[in-house]
Amino acid sequence: MAIAGPITYYGTLPQVPPDWPGGFWGHWGTFVGIILVFVLTLVMGFIWVERRGIARFQARVGPNRVGPFGLLQPVADAIKVLLKEDIIPASGDKVVHWLAPVVAFVPVLLIFAVVPFWDGALLADLNIGILYVVAVSSLTTIGIFMAGWGSNNKYSLLGAMRAIAQVVSYEIPLVLSLVAVVLLAGSLSLNDIVRAQNIPFILLQPLGFFIFFLAACAEINRTPFDLLEAESEIVAGFHTEYSGMKFALFYLVEYAEAVAISAIIATLFLSGWRGPLLPPFLWFLLKVFAVFFLIFWVRSTIPRLRVDQVMAFAWKFLLPLAFLNLLITGVQVIVWQGVLPWPVIFVNLAIMVVLIVGWSSFFRLGGGRVEV
Amino acid sequence: MTGVDIAFWILAVVSVVAAVLVVAVRDVFRAALSLILCLLAAAGIYITLSADFVAAVQVLIYVGAISILIILAVVLTRDVQRGSLTNRLKVPAIIVALLFFGAGAYAVLNTPWQVARKAPIEPTTGALAGRLFGEGGYLLSIEIAAVLLLAAIIGAIVLVREK
Repeated sequence: MAIAGPITYYGTLPQVPPDWPGGFWGHWGTFVGIILVFVLTLVMGFIWVERRGIARFQARVGPNRVGPFGLLQPVADAIKVLLKEDIIPASGDKVVHWLAPVVAFVPVLLIFAVVPFWDGALLADLNIGILYVVAVSSLTTIGIFMAGWGSNNKYSLLGAMRAIAQVVSYEIPLVLSLVAVVLLAGSLSLNDIVRAQNIPFILLQPLGFFIFFLAACAEINRTPFDLLEAESEIVAGFHTEYSGMKFALFYLVEYAEAVAISAIIATLFLSGWRGPLLPPFLWFLLKVFAVFFLIFWVRSTIPRLRVDQVMAFAWKFLLPLAFLNLLITGVQVIVWQGVLPWPVIFVNLAIMVVLIVGWSSFFRLGGGRVEV
Repeated sequence: MTGVDIAFWILAVVSVVAAVLVVAVRDVFRAALSLILCLLAAAGIYITLSADFVAAVQVLIYVGAISILIILAVVLTRDVQRGSLTNRLKVPAIIVALLFFGAGAYAVLNTPWQVARKAPIEPTTGALAGRLFGEGGYLLSIEIAAVLLLAAIIGAIVLVREK
C-alpha cells in the first residue's frame, strides 16, 4: 500500500486456491484437522521448549528422564493429570464450574481459523480477519471469570477480578497498535496483511511491535503479568479449585493462547509465511517459535509486577505511546506515500527509541512505589 | 431449506430460549451468562445476513465488554443466589411488557422492508467505512459521539473522585 511497493514474492510457490482441497466440506474438514494437530502438537512442543529453556536460563538441567532429551515429558504430564480425581467444590455453582474450561478453550481454537499457514491456506479468509481475532479472543475472559465465580472460593474470585481488570486495560493499547498495522497494509484480512509485507512490519512499526508484544503478554497472562495466578498472594487464582481434566484444559488454554499470540505476531509483524528458500509453512513455524522464545525469555528474566504497577504500565505508559504511534503512522501513510522504505525504517526506529526512553523517565522504580 | 435457513432457525431458537432464561432464572450470575448467550446468537444472525463487520463488533463490544461490566456489577450485588426478590410491581410489569411487545411486533410486521435476495458482491466493511467517514457520510455525528463519550468518562471520574 503506502510505503511498500507492488507485491513481489520471495518464493515461487503458487497460491493455494481458496477451496483447496475439493469443495466446501473437504476444505473445512482438512483445515479443522490441520488446526487441531497444529495447536495440540505445538502446545506439547512449547511446554517442552519452555521447561528446558527456562531450566537453561536458571542453570538447571530441566526434564530429561522421559524419552530422548525428555521429549515425552508433556505426554507423561498429560497422562498424570488426566488420571487424577476430578473434584468439584460442594458449595460451588456446579454447572458454571463445569462449563468454565470449555468456554475458555473454544475461543482460543477459533482464533486459528483466520491464521494463514501458506498463501491462501487458511480455514476462512475473512475480510474482517484481525477484528475477528480481537473479538473472539475477548471471550476467553468470560470463561476465566466463570471459573472464579463457580469455584465459590475467595482466592478464585480475586484472581478472576484481577484477570478482568488486566484484560480490559491492555485491550486498548493492543487494538490501537493493531490499527497502525492495518493502516499500513490497507486490509483487515490476515492473508492480505502478509501479502502487503514486502518488508516485515516489525521494521516499519518497531514501536507498534513493542506495544503489541507487551500488551499481548499481559492479555494471555504470562509472567511478568501473571497476577491472576500469583502463587505468593492468591494460591493459584481462578483455577485453585480445579483438578484432573478440567485443570488440564486450563493448562491447555494457557499454552494454546501463547501459540495463538505467537502466530498472530508472526503474521502481523514478521511477514507470516513469506521468506526465501524454505517452504512457506516452515517459515511460518520458525517465526512462531522465534516469537515464543521471546515470550519465555521475558518470562525468565523479569519478576512478577505488583497490581498497581501493572495498571500504571497499561494506562500511563502503553496507552499514550499507542496513541502517538497511531498518529505518527497515520501521518507517514499520507505524507510519505511511495518513499523508499529505508529512511522510514530508520526514522521509525529513532522515534521508538526516543519515545520509550523519554517516557520511561516519567517513572521511577524502586523504594516499593511507582511514582509518576 | 438452505444452510442459511437452518442456521437462522437454530440461532433464533437459541436466542429466544436464552432471552427467556435471563428473566426466568433466579441466580443473577446465571442470568448474566444467558444474556451473553443471547447476544452471541444475535451476532450469529448478523452473519447469516452477510453483515460480518457488524457481527464482529457485536461480539467485541456486547459480549467482550458490556457483559463483563454486567458480571462485575453482579459480583458487587448482595444475595446473588436468591436472585431479585419479587415485589408488588409484577402485574404492571407484565402489562407494560405485553404492550411493548405488541407495539414492537405491530411495527415490525407492518413496515415495508427492503429485502435483498442475493448476498452482497463485495465485503460490507469498505462500504460501511465509506458511509461513516466518506464524503456525505456521518462523520460529524461520529465526532460528536466521541466527544460525548469523553465527557461521560470525565464526568464519571469527577463523580467518584475523593475530595
